[in-house]
Amino acid sequence: MALITYRDALNQALRDEMHRDDRVFLMGEEVGEYNGAYKVSKGLLEEFGEMRVVDTPITELGFAGVGVGAAMVGLRPVVEFMTWNFALLALDQIVNAAAKMLYMSGGQFPMPLVFRGPNGAALQLSAQHSQSWESWLAHIPGLKVVAPGTPYDAKGLLKAAIRDDNPVIVLEGEMLYNTKGEVPDEDYVIPLGKAELKREGDHCSIITSGKMVLVAMQVADQMAKDGIRIDVVDLRTIRPMDVDAITASVRKTNRAVVLEEGWEVCGIGAQVVDYIQRDCFDHLDAPVLRVHQADVPMPYAKAIEKAAKPDVAKTIAAVKKVMYIES
Amino acid sequence: MAAKKKSDNDPALGKSLLHSMILQRRFEEKVAEAYALGKIGGFCHLYIGQEAVSTGTLSLLRDDDYVLTTYRDHGQAIMRGMSPRSVMAELFGRIDGCSRGKGGSMHLFDRHVNFLGGHGIVGGHVPMATGVGFAIKYRGGDQVCICYMGEAAVNNGAFHESLNMAGLWRLPVIYVIENNKYGMGTALARASSIKDMYKRGATYNIESAEVDGQDVWAVRDAMQDAIDRARKDYAPTLLEIRTSRYMGHSMSDAASGTYRSKEELESDRKRDPINLLKAKLITDKLIMDADVAAMEAEIAAVVQDSWDFADASPEPPLEALFEDVYVETTT
Repeated sequence: MALITYRDALNQALRDEMHRDDRVFLMGEEVGEYNGAYKVSKGLLEEFGEMRVVDTPITELGFAGVGVGAAMVGLRPVVEFMTWNFALLALDQIVNAAAKMLYMSGGQFPMPLVFRGPNGAALQLSAQHSQSWESWLAHIPGLKVVAPGTPYDAKGLLKAAIRDDNPVIVLEGEMLYNTKGEVPDEDYVIPLGKAELKREGDHCSIITSGKMVLVAMQVADQMAKDGIRIDVVDLRTIRPMDVDAITASVRKTNRAVVLEEGWEVCGIGAQVVDYIQRDCFDHLDAPVLRVHQADVPMPYAKAIEKAAKPDVAKTIAAVKKVMYIES
Repeated sequence: MAAKKKSDNDPALGKSLLHSMILQRRFEEKVAEAYALGKIGGFCHLYIGQEAVSTGTLSLLRDDDYVLTTYRDHGQAIMRGMSPRSVMAELFGRIDGCSRGKGGSMHLFDRHVNFLGGHGIVGGHVPMATGVGFAIKYRGGDQVCICYMGEAAVNNGAFHESLNMAGLWRLPVIYVIENNKYGMGTALARASSIKDMYKRGATYNIESAEVDGQDVWAVRDAMQDAIDRARKDYAPTLLEIRTSRYMGHSMSDAASGTYRSKEELESDRKRDPINLLKAKLITDKLIMDADVAAMEAEIAAVVQDSWDFADASPEPPLEALFEDVYVETTT
């Protein structure tokens, strides 16, 4: 297995799927000549030509809709947003069109398309460029939402997303693109809707996804030094959510912290906590705690930006609290 | 255009266009009756007065072409070949409706005739039609995609983004603005900085034309040009077809009295598209009054049959509630 970056893992997935199926094409801002704003699509224009790697004007609503229309007549578009922050301009196409075309047509028009791009905060990009949209998108029936946290998952989940006959949202991470991991050269897919236990432990569960998987693993490493064994549940897919994986972990550990990159109010963590209280009420030894972004727009200045973000220290504090460990 | 001269003297064609227009009109009169009786719920936008637009444009399409439209979609659906039964059953919210009772008046779909909806967000379907045009070119086909919209949609960003891409990439899409002069209750002059909507095409390097939407032959002439351009050169067209809706914006508002005067509506009705075509065909001795009477009788039976069919069709079963949210992926 090769050690490659998350970026290259995505690139492999796109290349493989475009070879596998000539209905698959990539469209978005700077995906072609520029090789992708984050170089995810590097080399694809040269390999597949401009009909299959389409540079668009800066027109998110428009090209998202082009993707929807192309999917209606049987193509399999991969629509890249330079960041999910820009996709707000395209929400009508994602929510009103892609998510409900199958339903409101009585099952006649499936939407085999992928909307992908980086989600969440990078460094000092301030309020408009540092937002996590998973709870907005996962709210919508008809969409599937995945958030790969590792290069291996990025390749396998993007391939599964492209092959799925439903609209799939792929939430990547600007801070993840350079991370490295073992990725097989050969073809594999990771089934949508299945979580993975990234670390096994019996003292406390951390339930998380996407970029926060790295944080959770660091927490597990650090706490292991003190003999605390963390069960890290990586949701991988946020919708449909693997409730069984969550409850199996919590029944084992009896304690849980839900870690997410976005805001607290109506966040993904709120949904996870609801599943836990419904299915694991009698198994809990402590209230479930949540770690998330501070309830403010992201600031620019370094120190307060750091204070706004969920991180290892905040997560360790939450784990200690649910374990009634005095720090 | 050659097409005009030829079609003008074709009695079978004239009769068929008249039949289509009368069918749409009588069908919707029946819809209004059903709405008043509570058989149809929700929003319901009638097309009455605009039938020459659907008829003139769709009479020239091939079976493998594509159609997208707005929520004012009954006329185009029927003209495209969807059965009055399946449309009426959809309006009644029944399982035999074209969208299995999931869509209603605003979301008519039928993949067998490439009728890609029935869309409820003003302007929202215009990028989708652009995507269908993209797909045609991607596959190297020679189909066209026709996209209807009201004149109010032209002020929406989705319209401009779409036309820019269609002009830039040369996509075989025919954008048809059905200018009925009012976006709900707001007159065009109170909503648009320019009065001639077709001029928006020039901004995006797209051929455009202004068309008399009450004259079905004029609509066909303009449409034929657009189709030729699209099939031959993948060139998009913007048509502004000027027409009039005789009813309110939806079943919830009066035809006149608030934003539109009774006099204006009465004046519009003097150029009724059905009467204009009928008079011309009779003057040219291509049909006789008795033919029209027979046609009306046959259509009345079809429309009544659609009502009876819809009324007898069951409501969707409760298990249908959770069907069609996701499709099973087979690959």
